[in-house]
Order: sequence, then C-alpha cells, then structure tokens
Amino acid sequence: MKTFIYAKADSADIAVKDARVSNAKYIAGGTNLLDLMKLQVETPEKLVDISRLPLGEIEEREDGGLTIGALVPNSDLAADPRIIAGYEVLSRALLAGASGQLRNKATTGGNLLQRTRCYYFYDTATPCNKREPGTGCSAIGGFNRVLAILGTSEQCIATHPSDMAVAMRALDATIITLKADGDKRRIPIHEFYRLPGDTPNIETVLEAGELITHVELPAPPKGKQTYRKVRDRASYAFALVSVGGVVSVEDGKIASAALAFGGLAHMPWRNPAVEAALIGQAPSDAVFNAAADALLEGAKGYGSNDFKIPLARRVLIATLRDLTGE
Amino acid sequence: MHFTINGQSYEAEPDIRTSLLDLCREHLGLTGSKKGCDHGQCGACTMLVNGRRINSCLSLAVMHQDDEIVTIEGLGTPEDLHPLQAAFVRHDGYQCGYCTPGQICSAVGMLDEVKKGWPSHVSGNLDSPEFDDTEISERMSGNLCRCAAYPNIVDAIREVAEQSGETRIAPRQPAEAGA
Repeated sequence: MKTFIYAKADSADIAVKDARVSNAKYIAGGTNLLDLMKLQVETPEKLVDISRLPLGEIEEREDGGLTIGALVPNSDLAADPRIIAGYEVLSRALLAGASGQLRNKATTGGNLLQRTRCYYFYDTATPCNKREPGTGCSAIGGFNRVLAILGTSEQCIATHPSDMAVAMRALDATIITLKADGDKRRIPIHEFYRLPGDTPNIETVLEAGELITHVELPAPPKGKQTYRKVRDRASYAFALVSVGGVVSVEDGKIASAALAFGGLAHMPWRNPAVEAALIGQAPSDAVFNAAADALLEGAKGYGSNDFKIPLARRVLIATLRDLTGE
Repeated sequence: MHFTINGQSYEAEPDIRTSLLDLCREHLGLTGSKKGCDHGQCGACTMLVNGRRINSCLSLAVMHQDDEIVTIEGLGTPEDLHPLQAAFVRHDGYQCGYCTPGQICSAVGMLDEVKKGWPSHVSGNLDSPEFDDTEISERMSGNLCRCAAYPNIVDAIREVAEQSGETRIAPRQPAEAGA
C-alpha cells in the first residue's frame, strides 16, 4: 500500500474542504477501497475519514419516503423494519451481497461507489482502461465470465458489482451530495452512473471532492417486490445475473413494473422498453419473453460470458412469474 | 494512538497504513486473530468492534481509536472457555484450527444479530426469520474453512444457540435415506 495523509473529518463541510487536494478519497467502511489500496489499484494521496460524521440515521419524510444517511451500514439498512415493510427488494438485495462481516462495515454511500471486480482491473500487471486509461482492455479476448453483455464499449466490458444499487435503481432512489464548493445536489439514480464509452475510468457523474450524504427513497411502490440473484456459489459471491423487481397486477393485467438488473452492465441496468412490454398485458410466458427480447436487444457476449444472454432471459422470466403469480 | 482491546488500554504508534489486524498481531502481541487472505474473503481475521463482527484486515487501525475491540483472546481463557469455544472443542469444529478464532468471533457476532431479529438471504419472512442449519450456513458464509469442518462448525453453533434459549430454532429435519 502506498502511504497517504490521513484526516478525520468532524463534519461534512470540513470533509469536503479536507478533500480539496488532488487524488483525495473519502473513507468510511473502507471494505473495497482498502482492498484496492493494498493492491495499489487505488493510490490516494489523502484519505478523509468520514466514518464519524452524523450520517447514520434513516429518517421518514412527510411524502412517505425515507432518507437514508450515507453512513448507514448495509446490515442495518437490510434489517430496518421500514425497509423490510416497504422496500423488500432493497432488503433482499443487501442480504444477497457480501458477508455478515462486510455488511456490518460497508455503508450505503460506499456501496453505490463500489468498483468493478473485473479480474484485469485488479491485476496491475495487465492493461486496463479503467485502471490506467489508454492501456487497453484485457477482458475483451481474455477471461470475461463475470463481465458485461449490455452497454459495453470497445474500451471496457466491466460490470458494476453492487446488489444494493440494483434495488435502488428499481426503486428510483435519489442521491444527495455535498459539492466541494458547499452546494448540495440531488442526482436521480438513473443519471448517476455512466456507461464506459471511451472513459471507463469515470464511473459516475460525481465531481472531484463531491460527497454523498444521503440517499432518498420515494414512498413505497405498489406491488410485489423481489430480488433474484444467480451466482457461482450459494452465498458470498458476486452476481452473474440478478434482477430487482417491483410489479403490480390489477384486474389480471400488469399495472406497473420496475425491473433493474445486476451483472449485465457497467451500471445497474434498467431499460424502459422492458417495462413497456409488460404494462397493460396479462401475465404470460409470451409476454415475459417479449420483455426479455427488449432487455437483450443488442446484447453482446465476449466468449466466456455468452451464457449470460440466455441466463438473463431465464432469470427475468422466473422473476416475473414470481411477481405476477398468486 | 490509543486503543481499547479486550477491555485493556494500549498505546502504539504504527504506520498509518496498518490494519486493525496487523496492529493486534504485529504491534500488541495479540496473535489469536489470523491473517488468511488479507482481502476480506476468508474471515480468519474476524473481530468484534463495538459488538459487531467485522473483517479486521479491511480496516485501518487509526480509524478504531474510539472503539471497543474484542478479539478471540477477549472471549475466553484456556481455563474458562467461552461457550462457543467449548462447543467447537466438543464438536471437533476444526482440523488445522487456523480459521477457528475468526469462526468463533464471527459466530458470537452472528448469534447477537439473530437475537436482534436480523434476517438473512435465506430467511422466508424478513420480519420474523426462523433459525435453522441453513440459516447458520448462510450467516457464516463469510468464514471459510479449508479443512471443510463445516458440518461440525454448524453443530457447535447450533448447540450454543439452543442452550442460550434466546433464539427460536426450527426443529432439524431428519436426513432422507440416500440423500
């Protein structure tokens, strides 16, 4: 690990001031950042410790939604009775991720900013456009079992590893930030993440030194919720394919649908065409297949991840059967 | 820097990069916690920080100066074993023993999570999770045992949970013939 300057912040205002140097990073749970620092994939010159800021509460808002502090640990969020009652997809997604130890430490804000688990991103001996822009992508033509089939570019086929973020995407969360100049900003999650394009090193719209302080959930959505995750082990593994879904059925027809996907793309994936193929239709495998067609239009396998294309179809159909069944 | 570990005060001036695990092992002589992968994948380094189980290898010591830290050394002594330590001995919950301190610290934290009613990935109802062998396996999945003593680890943890009487435990299903 490269050494760094350590600064402990007592308030969010101080934290963003402390972070006004090049290559500073905020640290809270640190479960991903320290892992990457040990490998020198991340080499921040300064760590601003935000772990003691008063951002650890979940608060109810008048509009029926919840405001989640960025430092709420994943464990606490998953077990919160309000989350279980109104946002089961989020609780299930969190519990499907990592281990008990990691969930105790990992935070809501940090989870949104997890880096990819692409093997080559972690291996500093190989080219990687995300780690070292301009060096090339070793995953294209290399081992890519866990990597993306949607929204990829010739520069990067990394996936976003978070389960939590998939549920947040299905729930239309909003990310609240504090910018380096002291301004607050609200970023809907559908505008938060970036596709790799030619700059896979830039993963979100956050500016330098911008700090996530809260995540807002709108009032609980109507309908059934679930999170289905397929992985190489029964527990404690990243998703090959996952689906976070919220679907309501009225008078025998699908009245609303929100479906977000993990393991398929550089960001938690959501495509309005998938939902449009469902809404107003009576649930049937033909309709579910049409939704899968919409999801997978333009999907591209890179060899060892080709299986994700049929797998995503099956996972989506199984999820829709669950969500529309009695 | 000042630390509180197993109820005792310690002073140390480790390099800023030092993990909580390395602080204990390399600076304070507390070598019970083990370094397996050093990347949060194996759980051998599990400690309790303010009562919660964490991977001490993925944690900077400098960030834990205000915390109450408990390692395996703080749970029991050779003369007076913690109930989980005694159960691991009784059930042969290990072979080489390298993962055992982490398994036991993790199990202490895990049983406390169960007591608080926290659900897991395999819970049917998230608001009233049952507790059975499947739950133990899922909740302990952050602790790897390369000797694969898993069945006996589950037996040891289950016994302690049953004896504590504070946890609602589903009756064990009899194994099917040939299964």
